Amino acid sequence: MSGEWHSYLRRIEELATRSGLRFHPVDFEAVPDSFMMEIAVYGLPVRMPHWSFGVRYIYQLIQRHMGHSRLFEVVFPGNPGHAYLAESNGLAENILVSAHVLGHADFSCNNLLFRRCQEQVSERIVEHAAQHARQISQASEAHGAQRVEATLDAALALEQHIDVDLALRRPRYPEYLEPPRSLVDDAFRRRFAALDPAHGAGGNEPRKRAPVPPHPERDLLWFIANYAPEMESWERDIFLAVREESFYFYPVFATQIMNEGWASYWHARLLREADFIPQQAYVDAIKCHSDVVRPIAAEQQVALSVNPYHLGFAMWEKIIATQGLEAARRIMVEDDDFAFVRNHLTRELAEELGLFRYSARSDGQIKVLTPELPALHEALLAPKYNFGAPVVLAKHVRTDGTLELMHDSSVDGRGLDLERSRKVLDYVHRVWRRPIVLTTVNQAGATLELTAP
Amino acid sequence: MDGDDPKGESGGKWYELFSRGARDWLRHDEKVREAVRANLPEIIAGGDVINAGARTVRIPVRMLEHYHFRLRSPEERQGAGQGKAKPGDTFADPSRQQGPGEKGAGGREDGGVQLLLEFKVDDIVDWLWEEMQLPNLKARTGPSEESDWVREGWDRRGARSRLDRRRSFKELVKRRGAPGATPTFTDEDLRFRQLARRRQPAVHAVVFFLLDVSGSMSDRDRKLAKTFFFWVVQGLRREYRSLETVFVAHTTEAWEFNEPDFFQVTGSGGTVASTGLLKVREIMQARYSPSRSNIYLFYASDGDNSVSDAGEARSALATVAADMCYTGYVEVSSGISRQLETETGKLFAELTAAGCAAGSYALNDFDDVWGAVKHFFSNQAREAT
Repeated sequence: MSGEWHSYLRRIEELATRSGLRFHPVDFEAVPDSFMMEIAVYGLPVRMPHWSFGVRYIYQLIQRHMGHSRLFEVVFPGNPGHAYLAESNGLAENILVSAHVLGHADFSCNNLLFRRCQEQVSERIVEHAAQHARQISQASEAHGAQRVEATLDAALALEQHIDVDLALRRPRYPEYLEPPRSLVDDAFRRRFAALDPAHGAGGNEPRKRAPVPPHPERDLLWFIANYAPEMESWERDIFLAVREESFYFYPVFATQIMNEGWASYWHARLLREADFIPQQAYVDAIKCHSDVVRPIAAEQQVALSVNPYHLGFAMWEKIIATQGLEAARRIMVEDDDFAFVRNHLTRELAEELGLFRYSARSDGQIKVLTPELPALHEALLAPKYNFGAPVVLAKHVRTDGTLELMHDSSVDGRGLDLERSRKVLDYVHRVWRRPIVLTTVNQAGATLELTAP
Repeated sequence: MDGDDPKGESGGKWYELFSRGARDWLRHDEKVREAVRANLPEIIAGGDVINAGARTVRIPVRMLEHYHFRLRSPEERQGAGQGKAKPGDTFADPSRQQGPGEKGAGGREDGGVQLLLEFKVDDIVDWLWEEMQLPNLKARTGPSEESDWVREGWDRRGARSRLDRRRSFKELVKRRGAPGATPTFTDEDLRFRQLARRRQPAVHAVVFFLLDVSGSMSDRDRKLAKTFFFWVVQGLRREYRSLETVFVAHTTEAWEFNEPDFFQVTGSGGTVASTGLLKVREIMQARYSPSRSNIYLFYASDGDNSVSDAGEARSALATVAADMCYTGYVEVSSGISRQLETETGKLFAELTAAGCAAGSYALNDFDDVWGAVKHFFSNQAREAT
């Protein structure tokens, strides 16, 4: 990387600190475009091998050949953070991108959801993921690539089914039910107990085994790793490795609008304030900025999706203009996308941005609906509910080891795609090794049962 | 490589030498091929993949999907968009409009990319042979041989053109060693190369495909027969360096066709099997000698031969089958219960009973094609040993 850029980076970092950004140091590395693409496909610079990443890789390649996507940077939170820049970036792009990266670093260092997940997973997710990849290649050597692949098929199919409200490292369920609370100790009780000492002892009753799970469990990766009747330890390790990476991915997923908006806001502001940048580089960088945060592709009148960079950027600008930087920082620390959109996307801003809600029929007919704000919020957020997956819970394990799964259609509003669900059950059956039953609802709302095998 | 430190502590930038994306893509590809291979009989028997003369078969496949729990797609979905639109506006989804015109290598439909995987016919045949554990055929020994002249030894007499100068000179040198010898060549020194006739087992084969195209054979019956014939050719080609094919169709008359026309031919009218068999004999006598080639005959018919032809067909079949390495009969009659008890079926049953290398098989459906191929090849291998 050019020395010229390095000197700018130092000065942008100083400027960011002066502007109130608080972040861990970031290691920058310039890498070839092909590697940038792989980081985007895998979500991490080094990650476990699986054929499904190959499919994403091909889609990415096709996208790139059609000129649709270009990656400037990928940044990983941590202490220190890692930022990868594309080698093909020009100086102006790199200046913009480094300011953007510092915005992300500030966000991931302060946002509570990020902090919590980093405390749980580690501040060194990049190294952890590489460690997982190594562990999985060793498992492939020891147990055969086929078996490892089958385990990964199951684990990665359930990657969204974690419970981020509970800890990454959870204790197993209590083995026994809590003994019934002792009754009020009064004179009558004492006399009653004295009548039949054997009966009144209370504590001598055999303890009752607690059912597994004691309540419907949404962390399927954790539950299967801990309670599968015949899983081998290396298979459990793979499940837990996938789960750990999911815990890392969750905040990235659940704060995308805020996080990208925050980084875009700061790269724009830092660039504006950085009087040390030559005029031409500034103009180029701002051009690049407006490409990134533009709401809709130039040739289109309307877009049927909302660019999170654009939405977040516009919202932060509004918040900082109306409530001040301090309030904005507090929101940045405390919220995730759900709170952010519901609390801070106002009717005026939605109108200003031309946001609308629509319904799309299966034949491709689009109808624009009345602009009700709460409904618009939910239309924006719906793809993010529950880590983007239907709510599937582990309900019960029968005495023969049969696993009962339950899809909570009351939350999701409709049943599961049966074809796909069956395939997922087939994957999971190969590690659970006992029958699996899944209940969901059909189109008419009647209960439906899928089984594997 | 997987576990290497991303920062390349082990020296150098490994990611410039190794693409994980490509590795995982290759694994995907392998899985697709495995899936295709597992379903090969069904895919191939469909018949549309057969392309006369082509040595590859193209099979359209979808990219594999790694399944997750998903909600069923709703009749109507809600979303959020941005742009110039008023409540009540309706328009067509712009992302769907680029449909058919823009397909190509990267064409996307329903978010799925279609791949066209090319398989070598030879590979497929190898897989099938492995899969079905079909025996390899042995070339028939005995009369089916070809002979050739090969060099064998030297003699003092021979044609001038076969003079072996080197050998002759050696003789001269040897003789000169004796006392009082003449220093120049004499007739005694000359050596001529000799040729001998060498018999070799025949390694080429001729396959006669005889198809009944009378009115009672439906399009589907013909397609069944065609599919069967195609894979028989592939199987035999696997064994013989050179394979010649002869295509004959008959109704009450018989004609020889080239391959493409043969599979197009339709006919009408009655069935007189003897005409077809006699045509085969005629071609064989004119062009192929049973002693020089392995000759096979496969006959496909619905078995509905004219009763008055019975005697003639029997004798024609007997003479033809005598010169064949193997005679196979497939009865393609959809939905008839008394299979192989037809007129023609009986003729072949007699032939087999008489100890001739012959076999019959009832072909009802495309699923049966592999059964038929397996049946004939196992039988043939038994006959050959």
